[in-house]
Amino acid sequence: MAPKSSQSVPIDPPRAGQQEEQEAELAAVEGDEPMEEGDEQEEGYRHEYFCEVSEDFIEDDFNLTGLNTMVPFWKEAMEMVLDVEPEDEDASKIPDVSIVESSAEMLYGLVHQRYILTRAGLQAMAEKYENGVFGSCPRVYCVTCNVVPCGRSDMPGVDTVKLFCPNCNDIYVPPSSRFQGVDGAFFGTTFAHLFFQTYRELAPAPFWKAPSTGESPLSPRNVTGSGSNRSSPFTNPNPYGGQKRANGYVYVPRIYGFKVSERAKSGPRMQWLRLRPESPEELDMVDSRGRWIDEDDEYDSEDEEEEEDRQMEDFDPDTVDGEEDDEEEEEEEEEAGVQGQPSHRHGRRHNNFPVKDPTPSSPASSAAPRTPQDRGSPPPFNLSYYQGFAGFGSLGAKDGKVTAVRQNLSSAQTELWSRATITEV
Amino acid sequence: MLTSRITKSRMSGVEDLSTGSDSDYSSSWISWFLSSKGNEYFCEVEEDFILDRFNLTGLNNEVANYSQALDLITDQLDDDIQDELRGSLDVQARLLYGLIHARWIVTARGLQKMLEKYKRADFGRCPRVLCQQQPLLPVGLTDIPYEKSVKLYCGRCEDLYSPKSSRHGSIDGAYFGTTFPHLLFLVYPTLIPPKSGPSDIAGSSRDATGDGRNRRRARDEQEIAEGGGENISTATVALKADRYRPKIYGFQVHEIAKLQRWQEAVRDRQISRLELLESEATRN
Repeated sequence: MAPKSSQSVPIDPPRAGQQEEQEAELAAVEGDEPMEEGDEQEEGYRHEYFCEVSEDFIEDDFNLTGLNTMVPFWKEAMEMVLDVEPEDEDASKIPDVSIVESSAEMLYGLVHQRYILTRAGLQAMAEKYENGVFGSCPRVYCVTCNVVPCGRSDMPGVDTVKLFCPNCNDIYVPPSSRFQGVDGAFFGTTFAHLFFQTYRELAPAPFWKAPSTGESPLSPRNVTGSGSNRSSPFTNPNPYGGQKRANGYVYVPRIYGFKVSERAKSGPRMQWLRLRPESPEELDMVDSRGRWIDEDDEYDSEDEEEEEDRQMEDFDPDTVDGEEDDEEEEEEEEEAGVQGQPSHRHGRRHNNFPVKDPTPSSPASSAAPRTPQDRGSPPPFNLSYYQGFAGFGSLGAKDGKVTAVRQNLSSAQTELWSRATITEV
Repeated sequence: MLTSRITKSRMSGVEDLSTGSDSDYSSSWISWFLSSKGNEYFCEVEEDFILDRFNLTGLNNEVANYSQALDLITDQLDDDIQDELRGSLDVQARLLYGLIHARWIVTARGLQKMLEKYKRADFGRCPRVLCQQQPLLPVGLTDIPYEKSVKLYCGRCEDLYSPKSSRHGSIDGAYFGTTFPHLLFLVYPTLIPPKSGPSDIAGSSRDATGDGRNRRRARDEQEIAEGGGENISTATVALKADRYRPKIYGFQVHEIAKLQRWQEAVRDRQISRLELLESEATRN
């Protein structure tokens, strides 16, 4: 591991940590000797996710139930953790003190896994959380939401510690390689989620409504109470759910300012992973088996089901925009792909495009609307706008316009079209 | 020859860069720029591209001391220029190079250069655990300079992440532009990463599928052909994507589980929509 990290600093940006200097220093330390040496200095970094387990907790045998079968040199490890002098002077049966050290580390880690589920442990971790000790989510649209350590298994030796983000409900690799030696079991699978159940005010709610770009963020035009107004108190009707306003923007890929259509092979497929409904009621539109409640029985034919989909889809921009819009985007993509420069040949169609596109973007300049601060919060994905155009979209898709656009495609374009969109085989 | 020298210096790496001995590169501003710390995301813009004035249209309005900055980039600057000017000129030259870079990487040759870097995972790997070390691509949130820093796009989860290192975090996103990664996958649909399994790009020794082997062979022969992949269907790939399910003592958390069910219902609806389109396309 040591050579890898020392090499990594200049060449391999992924492994380079946030503080390069620190990283380099660490690499040097690790390069010289195995990890249990150089502790004092390094420990502070490597173990910064841990909180202090109170001695009372460790001394209560009940809390240690079952652990003695998992930790070798149990007694010696306990003595080391609790800083008590060995009772018997005969230490000869222990081949090497470093073995006891790693046993002690495992013992502490496994006790730690249990301790942080207690009231005191949760409290201790909450303090670290609010001080940002665990870092923040690397995802841009989570806007530096703080994360908590999380294991993928409760058994030691399975996987290293990960970081759970309550905003995107996903887990991430810690940014620094120094945590790659920390076992995930020392935090366990439960802690992260119990933590946000306990401190509900820290957990983002599962629904989110985009502040409409037309009004200033402080204007009080706010009917639902969960909308744009930053100063208004946010409430989740579910008292057991997250009580914090979520960061709900989802990234929308664009080529020369035009959204990549989902009909392209390279089109967006994963936006659902980060999407939130606008209101808590929408969550109830899906039953416990994961089906839309009002579309199952009555609609037998495929087409009718599809129709039904479109009616409900006021949160999915691609459908709402309707087919016509998609056609236009496709063409733009094609031209872009071929010529490598923005094209204005179809300027005629651009004229009506921006009307439907909520973000004020011109093909040549830029896509994402901007906000003053750099990290996060830029809103290229404005749900409320799309909703407003829902009517437009479904109308447009059904009148004659779609076919008109199709006829305009030259044969060359058609060929390109078939390449990038759905295979016509 | 220049290129090979740069590549060699990249390989030998650590010492050269950290000691900052740039005597070796002083011959060319671009190779000096590319080899200096923090500029690992940039690729080399070919001189022909820079010298074609058409490609620089409009940049003279963005960059102060445009012509001297351009001279500096192309190593045609007079040596007797004042030292104070040289300092500020360096900033302008970086800006100019960045803006040219943004235009260059959306050309055919530029895409290929970036593709090589992508295959080496020069831009880092996705921090999302379930993306299994998928290499990333740089992207801007705007094409206007001095607005937003560069972000990293993961082709697997199709999301944006901030660079880990603050040195990369301070690079202007306009030097890469909003278009680049999406154009890359549009032009090379065979490179669209699978939604599950280990990433077969960049250093993974496993090549389980025949598809991957073919891909590798094609790569060895020359570059991957543009386009291609007519037979790829991506309508249902989302079903293969892994996701994390938060659990407390083994039980799913109610509200999160509910949100995830809703998200998956949205996903399923997109899939049925795309499948319908696909079958329509087949019929026609």
